[in-house]
Amino acid sequence: MDGSVRDIAVEAENVSKIFGSGSDEVRALDDVSVGIQDNEFFTLLGPSGCGKTTLLRLIAGFDHPTKGSIRLAGQDISYLPPYRRSVNTVFQNYALFPHMTVAQNIGFGLEMQGRSRAEVRETVGNMLALVRMEALANRRTSQISGGQQQRVALARALAPRPKVLLLDEPLSALDYKLRKDMQIELKRLQHETGITFVFVTHDQEEALTMSDRIAVMSSGKILQVGSPRDIYDRPSERFVADFIGDTNFLEAEVAGKEGATARIRLASGVEVEADLPSGMADARQVTVVIRPEHAALAPAGQGELQGRIANIVYFGTDTHYHVDLDTGGQFTLRLQNPRGGRELHGEGEPVGIAFEPGALQVLRD
Amino acid sequence: MAEPGEASALEEAEARAVRTRWALLVPAMLVLTIGAAGPLLVMLVYSFLEAGDYGGVEWVFSTDGWVQVFYAYDIFDEEWVAADAHLSIFWRSVKLSVVTTLLALFFGFPTAYFIATRSEKSRNAWLFLITIPFWTNLLIRTFAMMEVIRNEGVVNSVLIGIGLIDEPIQILYTDTAIALGMVYVYLPLMVLPIYASMEKFDFRLVEAAYDLYATRLRVLWRVILPLVKPGIVAGSILVFIPSLGAYVTPRVLGGGKNMMLGNLIELQFGQGRNWPLGAALSITLLVLVMVALLFYVRAAQRGSSGHG
Ligand SMILES: Nc1ncnc2c1ncn2[C@@H]1O[C@H](COP(=O)(O)OP(=O)(O)OP(=O)(O)O)[C@@H](O)[C@H]1O
Ligand SMILES: [Mg+2]
Repeated sequence: MDGSVRDIAVEAENVSKIFGSGSDEVRALDDVSVGIQDNEFFTLLGPSGCGKTTLLRLIAGFDHPTKGSIRLAGQDISYLPPYRRSVNTVFQNYALFPHMTVAQNIGFGLEMQGRSRAEVRETVGNMLALVRMEALANRRTSQISGGQQQRVALARALAPRPKVLLLDEPLSALDYKLRKDMQIELKRLQHETGITFVFVTHDQEEALTMSDRIAVMSSGKILQVGSPRDIYDRPSERFVADFIGDTNFLEAEVAGKEGATARIRLASGVEVEADLPSGMADARQVTVVIRPEHAALAPAGQGELQGRIANIVYFGTDTHYHVDLDTGGQFTLRLQNPRGGRELHGEGEPVGIAFEPGALQVLRD
Repeated sequence: MAEPGEASALEEAEARAVRTRWALLVPAMLVLTIGAAGPLLVMLVYSFLEAGDYGGVEWVFSTDGWVQVFYAYDIFDEEWVAADAHLSIFWRSVKLSVVTTLLALFFGFPTAYFIATRSEKSRNAWLFLITIPFWTNLLIRTFAMMEVIRNEGVVNSVLIGIGLIDEPIQILYTDTAIALGMVYVYLPLMVLPIYASMEKFDFRLVEAAYDLYATRLRVLWRVILPLVKPGIVAGSILVFIPSLGAYVTPRVLGGGKNMMLGNLIELQFGQGRNWPLGAALSITLLVLVMVALLFYVRAAQRGSSGHG
């Protein structure tokens, strides 16, 4: 309708959620607006306490917004009870019913929806196959492993075919290997079912590898929404740039603007092109960021920055160079290691730093 | 490598620990033997003796006590007829105990739920309030209840005062009064075990059920009740057993005529001067309780396996 390719599945509009009152008041969500598209793997990423769970609970219906509204497929559901929303949740602790078997857990939602016995049995069978748990259908949920419980929780939430599936840090209780397997499994399930997934994590790597789009949150606000590449390459705020990956921050002065790019003057006096974020206010002093792998070492006197190598750390796939800049501050470079390559530089050596074209991004704040 | 001496020292220490553990059990065992098994044995023996003329027993074997539990000797027709009075008291006792248990469950379950869903801090305060009635003597509490429900009591005065009724409702000295009194007295015995179950209940499961399209009633029925059932079973047993043998409450609130088993037994040891019958009735009560428990626990188990 508004020109976007996909329809909006869930939409939050100016949503605020305040817990407590007076001096105990906690603003868990602060004027959050976001649209999550149909059939999208959407991730809420942010540090502990930033309001991820709160937003999820508002979408699920366990809590209701203090201000603003939540819409599901265009319908305002802000105050609808959870059992009247086509939204299901995979809980962080799984919350499986301990007095039921695996199959009964998976069938519970369908049964509550009043589906026929035959339909329940068939769907449960399909779901068991989907999460590869056929062999354990009649086990009690206390008699299966953590990873298996995770699968049951997924199947239980998917069985009623909700419009939207909410997942609150579903992988955080699993060990590393199992987590990697489940990440792939989740992507497969999302692809096969075509259901919109809203996934919560505070693990940036998990967010980058799994998501179609990511919303980065901090202190109750959504700072930036975009594809993993967008978020990584074009962070619009200091928090986003800092939270995701390693970053070099440089202070600069705006020399001129041209559309979405600006000419900026670095402390060294060199002028370079940098991308501007959307909604950027006019400012003379700005901060620009550049990722460590988007610059290379150059002979002293060449490149955009000059400095002296402070130390070199070998990581196998790449080597990190920490360079003390002549104009103050430190700059980190990450260079891929060719096989059989030798150290080309030594610690204490003066070097230049050359930026890749288009590697600089201006921050909004 | 352990020295042989060391190993035997270890064994000895372990054996000593086991002995200590058993020794710790001795006082409890003594109390149980003297306090429970002993009197039971005395009762069993007395039930097979002849009644003394002024109470007590004659040491002569007789089954009269047991016969009289079910039959009464009609002195006019000179024959044994069914002891209707006893049977109706049995029936009333069972009926009132079941009603009391159900009412206690009806009031106790929401109370326990309420307490279990309070913040951790205020829970203790609520539990404390629940136990307050235990501080007062049972007799005094029962008389207080009498004050509330008698014809000139609080309930009737208020109802007449607001013009809802003209004549006082006769509650005192009825089965209703007995049931009310027993519910009041035994309610904490229902609330506490249910609360103990509910405290362990993971309330996130309620959200999970809501999320899966279960309405409030269905969440209660399909998730909460099955998981707090151990507490409900324990609470029901704890209320049913003392109800069946209740003595003070039916005596005070039921007046003389609405007797329960406890009163009937007391009568035999008092005015009735028929100790063997009293003893036989006591053992009948015991058997009744055990049979009821057996059925109840069976039914409870069947209920849970039907779910699983
Ligand atoms: N029921 C509540 N009452 C009061 N404050 C709450 C409540 N729920 C959440 N909060 C507060 O709201 C803020 C956001 O909490 P939320 O659980 O959404 O964070 P989160 O991003 O999910 O964090 P985490 O990664 O640790 O799970 C926190 O400061 C939290 O203390
Ligand atoms: Mg959370």
